[in-house]
Amino acid sequence: MPRVALFVPCYIDQFYPDVAWATLEVLERHGVRAKVPEMPTCCGQPMANTGCVNEARPLAEQFVEVLGRFDHVVCPSGSCTAMVRQHYEHLLHGRTDYVALRNKTWELTEYLLDVLRIDPPRSPFPYRVGLHQSCHGLRELRLGSSSETVGPRFSKAQKLLESMQGIQLVKLTRPDECCGFGGTFAVQEEAISCRMGLDRIHDHEQAGTEVLTANDMSCLMHLDGLLRRDRRPIRVLHIAQILAGRTPN
Amino acid sequence: MTESLPIIDHPAAAARFVDDGARTGWHDQALWFVRVKRDRQAHGLPEWEALREQAAAIKSHTISRLADYLEQFEREATRRGAVVHWARDAEQHNAIVLEILRRHGARKVAKSKSMLTEECHLNPFLQRHGIEVVDTDLGEWIVQLRNEPPSHIVLPAIHIKKEEVGELFHRVLGTEAGATDPKYLVEAARTRLREVFLAADAGITGVNFGVAESGGIVVCTNEGNADLGVSLGKLHIACMGIEKLIPRCGDLGVFLRLLGRSATGQPITSYSSHFHGPIRDGELHIVLLDNGRSEILASDDFRRALHCIRCGACMNTCPVYRRSGGHSYGATVPGPIGSILNPARDAEKYSTLPFACSLCASCSDVCPVGINLHEQLLIWRERIAARGILSGTKRLAMKFASHLLRRPALFAFAGALARWGLRHLPRFAFYHALNPWGRQRELPIPPRRSFRQEYRKRHERQPPRG
Amino acid sequence: MSASLPADKNARQSILERIRSRELPPRELPPLFDEGIRYADRWAQFQEVLSSVGGQFLSVADRDGVAATLAKLPVVESSRCRACTVPDLHFGNLDLNAVDDPRDLAGLDLAIFPGQFAVSENGAVWVTDESIRHRAALFIAQHLLLVVRQPDCVDNMHQAYQRLAFGERGYGLFISGPSKTADIEQSLVIGAHGPRSLTVVAVP
Repeated sequence: MPRVALFVPCYIDQFYPDVAWATLEVLERHGVRAKVPEMPTCCGQPMANTGCVNEARPLAEQFVEVLGRFDHVVCPSGSCTAMVRQHYEHLLHGRTDYVALRNKTWELTEYLLDVLRIDPPRSPFPYRVGLHQSCHGLRELRLGSSSETVGPRFSKAQKLLESMQGIQLVKLTRPDECCGFGGTFAVQEEAISCRMGLDRIHDHEQAGTEVLTANDMSCLMHLDGLLRRDRRPIRVLHIAQILAGRTPN
Repeated sequence: MTESLPIIDHPAAAARFVDDGARTGWHDQALWFVRVKRDRQAHGLPEWEALREQAAAIKSHTISRLADYLEQFEREATRRGAVVHWARDAEQHNAIVLEILRRHGARKVAKSKSMLTEECHLNPFLQRHGIEVVDTDLGEWIVQLRNEPPSHIVLPAIHIKKEEVGELFHRVLGTEAGATDPKYLVEAARTRLREVFLAADAGITGVNFGVAESGGIVVCTNEGNADLGVSLGKLHIACMGIEKLIPRCGDLGVFLRLLGRSATGQPITSYSSHFHGPIRDGELHIVLLDNGRSEILASDDFRRALHCIRCGACMNTCPVYRRSGGHSYGATVPGPIGSILNPARDAEKYSTLPFACSLCASCSDVCPVGINLHEQLLIWRERIAARGILSGTKRLAMKFASHLLRRPALFAFAGALARWGLRHLPRFAFYHALNPWGRQRELPIPPRRSFRQEYRKRHERQPPRG
Repeated sequence: MSASLPADKNARQSILERIRSRELPPRELPPLFDEGIRYADRWAQFQEVLSSVGGQFLSVADRDGVAATLAKLPVVESSRCRACTVPDLHFGNLDLNAVDDPRDLAGLDLAIFPGQFAVSENGAVWVTDESIRHRAALFIAQHLLLVVRQPDCVDNMHQAYQRLAFGERGYGLFISGPSKTADIEQSLVIGAHGPRSLTVVAVP
């Protein structure tokens, strides 16, 4: 049995513990008992994306040192996974233990489909679901085909969801536009960030979304913040929560 | 550097733009429409991704041997009767153009779209020296008449509503008051601009591609204004950045296929004109401009930005650009590519631009010549932080966060404090002017315990096996 | 004449030196691209794209019928001042060679010129000014009609450039549809500065 670590990102740890629990449950259902080490608490992305590499590097080092001891590292976030896989190289150039870690770090949906090779679940989820394609998972990890690129169409998240009983995946007019979270962008460019989020919400509203889901809770935190402010009825659930059998409300 | 002040405040300019919600939606939709047309064209070609790779490889190669290719281009262009000039910077460029015009006694110039001449601020320079310049691309003419810069490199007047064009034309051309029908307005412009073409002493164009092998230049337009501007008179001045070169005529097939489709979702522009030497009994002057390009070429991180063919696709797809308008970037080239090129010119002045981006990477996926735009934007953020021109609060916040996140116990304590506060403190403790998150958004509903707290508890009770 | 300006020599040298001062890793030039799309019926594709970009297409089956067919086209019938340089077609009443200043062409209603070949993928026709004394006629005419021989149609732009050589001085261009603009609120308007219509006629 491979030793599997679940990396729980900082904001999920503090604000969305159920996303981590749901991830553990889904993994366990497929025979994987993942451990959650005390450290690292964060992949370092907030600092790296602000250009503060010196502040990000210690976190990247911590990540490699602690999680490098496991055989597989799974993360319920495309964005944090992309940080590790695409951007650590720049922070840690040349560290051989990093190269090893990079090749064994997976985002949840790709771990389920490509490593565990599970059959998409048939459990019930009788809701109209709007899938938000979080950008880093889509365009950095290629968890799906982006609308800009030409080639076969696919989406790992959609593949996991579409065979659930009673689920209806809605059709958006802009299938993979950014929600406007963008880390520190959300506060630095607050006006644009919120406008982008509201535009995404309107697209989901016209499509009849009841439950808005994504591979990244950070996008959903931003969208949910906008939804709750206006008391709009759409509910958000991380894809792990849907797969684990959670329902809205 | 002459352009050190004022510092561009993109967030503030963007907030002002977004403030007009209806107009923002209209602007966003107009550009998204172009993106959709681009998608339709791209998805119609099974070889699209291979074309992009080919274009990127050709550009990388050309740039790796740029000096050789420039010499070859000069040789071949000269052999075919063109005169090639070299300009280190905008000042030299403008002086050369003025000198050529003066030698011909030219007073009136019909100019077609050229971002390079915008970059050099050629129009005001020539006007100061008594030369009348008319931008003949309709969009460029509209912004010229309004006395403002273009807001987009391909769609210069994309920020202007037809009602505003109607008012402008009523004032300038005497069209009917209140007329807003684009067909009617274009007809009025056509009539006036034909007079401009017929009266012009010289034509100035940009250059889309220069071919080293043949010394030829290619200029693409939809309106036919570049050709009209240079075919009625005898003098053609073509202004060209040194990065516009490609090695072979055969490579044009790749780039012309990508350009029109990426720019406006057309299979090709209406007119793609290939000039090899001057018009009969005329003169063709090609002004090659560096203006910082060789500096970008020397940088391993940003060299690929020189692949840019100025199609504007990164602007059309950028969710920030579409909602903040081109003028919010305060630069000739706005949007993602502009946020890379402008800091190279003046990092301090343009320090907010690389942050005017959610890092969605749509620009990198749409770019026809394989520029890793979002990665370069990230590198710029790093450079700006390293130069100490990151805003003080941001730097401090990141130092603090890094300190906290490295120490699990401290992080847990701070998190617990924050969650407790969110549950028990009055709303105004979190929702105030210093917390931009809460202006339009709720903060997350704080759980009683963090994941790790609960995890520890459960595992103390029932220690994990293995 | 066009003696070089005083600053030229220095600028040239310093730009080239600056570029050369940084030795860059070699990047290979890939062979010319030749995986372009192909079409079962090239003219059908051409026609479809041309009409999508605002142009009109007409194919004439027999050689003898060309003149008669063209004569009936509204754009020909309604034009008063015409220039034509297509051999064997006698629609012109204005001889371009007799005009010295292209500005005198401002009243040209219709220009009928030969196109060298058509490109299916984008509805473009390659035209040179070989037979046209004033290339301005291509743009200043109110309407443009291009005559292309039926065998002369290629699938894509890569094939197009295989047919082209730029050995000497010259001017040529791809024309795809009439002059147009979408600069006012992205509404497409045909007839910006140049011809208000483009008709492409394929002849035997």
